[in-house]
Amino acid sequence: MNIHEFQAKQLLKQYGVAVPAGDPCKTVEEAKAASEKLFGAGHKLAVIKSQIHAGGRGKGTFKHGFQGGVKLAKSVAEAVTVAENMLGKTLVTKQTGPEGRLVQTILVAAAEDIQKEFYIAVLLDRANSRPLIMASTEGGVDIEEVADKTPEKIVKEWVDPAVGLQPFQTRKIASALGLKGDLFNQACKLIAGVYRTWWECDASMVEINPLCICLGPDGKQKLIAVDAKIGLDDNALYRHADIQAMRDLAEESPLEVEASKFSLNYIKLDGSIACLVNGAGLAMSTMDIIQHFGGSPANFLDVGGGASKDQVAAAFRIILSDSSVKGILVNIFGGIMDCNVIATGIVEAVRETGLKLPLVVRLEGNNVAAGKKTLAESGLTLITGDSMADAANKVVQAVGR
Amino acid sequence: MAILVTPQTKLLVQGITGSFGARHAQLSLDYGTRVVAGVTPGKGGQFFEHNGHRVPVFDTVSDAVKQTGATASAVFVPPPFAADAILEGVDSGLDLVVAITEGIPVRDMITVKRGMAGSKTRLIGPNCPGIVTPGEGKDSHGGCRIGIAPGYIHKKGHIGVVSRSGTLTYEAVYQLTVRGVGQSTCVGIGGDPVNGTSHLDVIQMFMADPDTHGIIMIGEIGGSGEEEAAEWIRLNGTKPVAGFIAGSTAPPGRRMGHAGAIVSGGKGTAAGKIDAFCAAGIGIAATPSDMADTLLKML
Repeated sequence: MNIHEFQAKQLLKQYGVAVPAGDPCKTVEEAKAASEKLFGAGHKLAVIKSQIHAGGRGKGTFKHGFQGGVKLAKSVAEAVTVAENMLGKTLVTKQTGPEGRLVQTILVAAAEDIQKEFYIAVLLDRANSRPLIMASTEGGVDIEEVADKTPEKIVKEWVDPAVGLQPFQTRKIASALGLKGDLFNQACKLIAGVYRTWWECDASMVEINPLCICLGPDGKQKLIAVDAKIGLDDNALYRHADIQAMRDLAEESPLEVEASKFSLNYIKLDGSIACLVNGAGLAMSTMDIIQHFGGSPANFLDVGGGASKDQVAAAFRIILSDSSVKGILVNIFGGIMDCNVIATGIVEAVRETGLKLPLVVRLEGNNVAAGKKTLAESGLTLITGDSMADAANKVVQAVGR
Repeated sequence: MAILVTPQTKLLVQGITGSFGARHAQLSLDYGTRVVAGVTPGKGGQFFEHNGHRVPVFDTVSDAVKQTGATASAVFVPPPFAADAILEGVDSGLDLVVAITEGIPVRDMITVKRGMAGSKTRLIGPNCPGIVTPGEGKDSHGGCRIGIAPGYIHKKGHIGVVSRSGTLTYEAVYQLTVRGVGQSTCVGIGGDPVNGTSHLDVIQMFMADPDTHGIIMIGEIGGSGEEEAAEWIRLNGTKPVAGFIAGSTAPPGRRMGHAGAIVSGGKGTAAGKIDAFCAAGIGIAATPSDMADTLLKML
């Protein structure tokens, strides 16, 4: 699960990580109050940031022509104008696709006086199953590019989960970032806080980019997480009611939300051939084989190992509510599950939805003869495939390349 | 021989009284697997009965091991309790723990993996279909089936199969069996980002097993396990290997069903893994329908 920037900053703040003063706002009135608070506290500049689960906000454009999903404001009046142009408007960035995302929340925060930018992140290193802290003096830029071109500018520190992050490790990182004196001490505390956020929240990733040395109004330098991104481990959400409450369904595809209610694993893609498959690996490779024969998959859909008739019916409804779908491929390897139960589910779903599109079914496995008989005797005009390749080829032919 | 388990392996089932564990304990008993014990805390002293089998249930794995001599375990415990169940199996000195459970938090598995370091126990999974070493009987009856794979699609023989995906494993096994080609052992290592046994671990076991003459390795997007196995094969491989990678069409940054099946930061792509396979001389199946034929052409 992904959360918004303002939510990520709320979590980090709980673990002692400094973030800019500011408030999330859902209305122009709230934005006015938040900016009044900031300017009243002596801040000279505010930053207003659109809250969507997609990157590239700063360089994005709103559909009504307003430039930039992240804007500075020198006064309350300017902040209000920006808020009016963001809230309830659709922002298109390089990551949102042409349809863009509706901005329902903005973050109104103090624009810090930034002197230097760093990068810090915590993630799982799959190669050794340990948490990995990555930091770099190259902040505020694309870290993948830094990793490609100047890998020596990234420092890595692995944490032994048996003993946890040790203070000396935070000192190693702070030193590698070239920090001295008070900033060195601030960095050690901050790194420990970022790591604790990752571990205790069951995050899949915590990324602060940029982490900044900022000059405060008191003339003192302070390390502040100016932008933050957190992804959470879906499997661990059951033990974090507070984080579950941060889920923003408006950021998810409505069809994916609907599918999750039936424990179906569905991801919408932009092709024309829908697929309904049991098992994640088989579902992925069904998409691949559609493309192999010249078609394009409309979705990933894993109905799981023990799909029921209700799930099959729900899967058909979800597939058919995608208007770009021109044909359907059902690929079931029923190892333990009864192919006849699936076949019965397909027949009922086709009747219930009045399906007119070409449907190709490949059934294999347990009780497959009875399943094939059910399909044959249903009177439905469906096409059967003998193997995955045969079925994929047939559905691509039926839809037309 | 075979790898990891033989028809003589004594199996215990953790979570045998839950509906999922019970169903698959029954199927393993029907397949002829020696299910000698079940473990469900609080139900010790009861018996798990099925078709004339009477399997004793224990409160702890330790008791079950002492009284039955079980050396392997299948874990069907729900996700919040699964990490503890795995570590209990490790503590009892089992040779093998196969964790079927899907949905264990990554943090729990990080802790489990660290907790197991230096122990003699091998963990397979989690989020995996398990292991099958086919038997001599009809529809491979009499083999060792640990987990949730359909036993009847197997056939005793000399091909090793290793995969992160359950249904793709069945697909490969079925293709082999209908072509009259049997399997030595089939191992599902699971679809999670932190797992006990890697592709490389299983490939090394197959290469060392005189009973295995060829290997099908099935991978998918995410991580670098396939690349590591391929590199080892390039340097040390002695037997033909055919491979398939799922997820060429998966959009980056999205988890494709399996928690570990995600391309992030441009890493773990299907194209990168296929390149590594090619460099290692692994036969590439262009589609999942070609997995068995690709290997058979190499034998």
